[in-house]
Amino acid sequence: MGNTSSMLTQYDIEEVQEHCNNTFSQQEIVSLYQRFCQLDRNGCGFISADEFMSVPEFAVNPLSQRLLRMLDGLNFKEFVAFLSAFSSRASLQQKVEFIFKVYDSDGNGKVTFNEMLDILRDLTGQFISEQQREEVLTQVLEEAGYAKDSLLVQADFMKILGNSSLKMEVEVPVD
Amino acid sequence: MCRIFVFERREHAMKWAQHISTRDCVVMDSFTRCFKSNPPEPWNWNVYLFPLWCLGVVVRYGFLFPLRVLVLTLGWIVFLSCYFPVHTLLKGNEKLRKKLERGLVELICSFFVASWTGVIKYHGPRPSMRPKQVFVANHTSMIDFIVLEQMTAFAVIMQKHPGWVGLLQSTILDSLGCIWFNRSESKDREIVARKLREHVEGADNNPLLIFPEGTCVNNHYTVMFKKGAFELGCTVCPIAIKYNKIFVDAFWNSRKQSFTTHLLQLMTSWAVVCDVWYLEPQNLKPGETPIEFAERVRDIISVRAGLRKVPWDGYLKYSRPSPKHRERKQQSFAETVLLRLEEK
Repeated sequence: MGNTSSMLTQYDIEEVQEHCNNTFSQQEIVSLYQRFCQLDRNGCGFISADEFMSVPEFAVNPLSQRLLRMLDGLNFKEFVAFLSAFSSRASLQQKVEFIFKVYDSDGNGKVTFNEMLDILRDLTGQFISEQQREEVLTQVLEEAGYAKDSLLVQADFMKILGNSSLKMEVEVPVD
Repeated sequence: MCRIFVFERREHAMKWAQHISTRDCVVMDSFTRCFKSNPPEPWNWNVYLFPLWCLGVVVRYGFLFPLRVLVLTLGWIVFLSCYFPVHTLLKGNEKLRKKLERGLVELICSFFVASWTGVIKYHGPRPSMRPKQVFVANHTSMIDFIVLEQMTAFAVIMQKHPGWVGLLQSTILDSLGCIWFNRSESKDREIVARKLREHVEGADNNPLLIFPEGTCVNNHYTVMFKKGAFELGCTVCPIAIKYNKIFVDAFWNSRKQSFTTHLLQLMTSWAVVCDVWYLEPQNLKPGETPIEFAERVRDIISVRAGLRKVPWDGYLKYSRPSPKHRERKQQSFAETVLLRLEEK
């Protein structure tokens, strides 16, 4: 693997840090860079879907395809920004924003019933019928005070998840 | 490890507690770690030590290496000049021929070990030639085979390699009763399983050595053992091998270097130091499945050699995980969801 941190200058690290709103420390960014280089086998500056799928733990995750769409073709700066929601320094707002983006597959700022159904389908596979899925989702939405055909925006997500303890953290190993 | 979205209901509020740790495995995953070469820390970084290191390089490449090449060449000459006559002339006298061939293979392996200045400490009782027993060991490099072969002429099951290694496999190792397989052939597995069974039954066959990990791992971890060796219905004798990294890192990273490069690297290092432990033979306990048996033996080997266990299949180095794993996660989540539905 080699000592790749020597390829990142102080300016680079600061630029990346700024881009991710200081959610990662400088040492963490260096570690992330080493990891990025390790994953980017052919050294083309971004991690392709194939390279992500070569990590078995990623490949067995039911949401891997969805995440791949968001991760594909990201350069290092964008990669760190993407991961910033998982830093311990990230605010709840940032975490909820991330979750919202995962649900909002067409990126129009609104999450429809069908988009939520899509995620539920990814997570449950063939082990539950479509009808049951719809039933569960309708129930859950009703309990939260939303009609079935309502379009949720980020503020709604923030309201619902706002007072929950979201455990969405990752520890970046720093040598 | 990956955790997934969990729906949780709490006081009429929709709670979508998200435990994604996919990010976790993007940042660091337990599978890649097993195949990472860990070079020793550079120690030659100051003005006093650097000249010493340079002197070391001169000694290793200029003096030790030619000497070792000489030893190895000598070894090959001795071996080949004895092997071919024995192989062709004693065709009639099977027992004697086999005995001599075994001795000769042990000899050439000793020459190989000498060519790396191998300091190998064997602990435990020497393997005996008995039917209905199989030896399993953890795998770091192809030299594991040579290290073990030096003391006992095992018949090993190996991947068929191209090049000069393949040539050796098809000529000399074949006579020991070695079994070849091809990872990329899916039907191959049944044929190999049958050959294994036949070999183990025969009383005259050389003891069988299997590396159940199926691939080289960096000697800090063990990956999941394949159950093939454990469902033959015979005693399993575990062998643990641990290399001392101070002298050289014996891990053969087959993605990074060819075997020839790996051997050259060993021949230009100071020494190959390792410990080999022959552990107590194990049998399948009543009510134990082969997979549990394999895990138990892996435990024994990992503890003895100080290796960490990792729950992945070594073959994932070459292919993607099967959809079963994903489906299992989906199933457990679906069950949680259905439970909530029923509660209503």
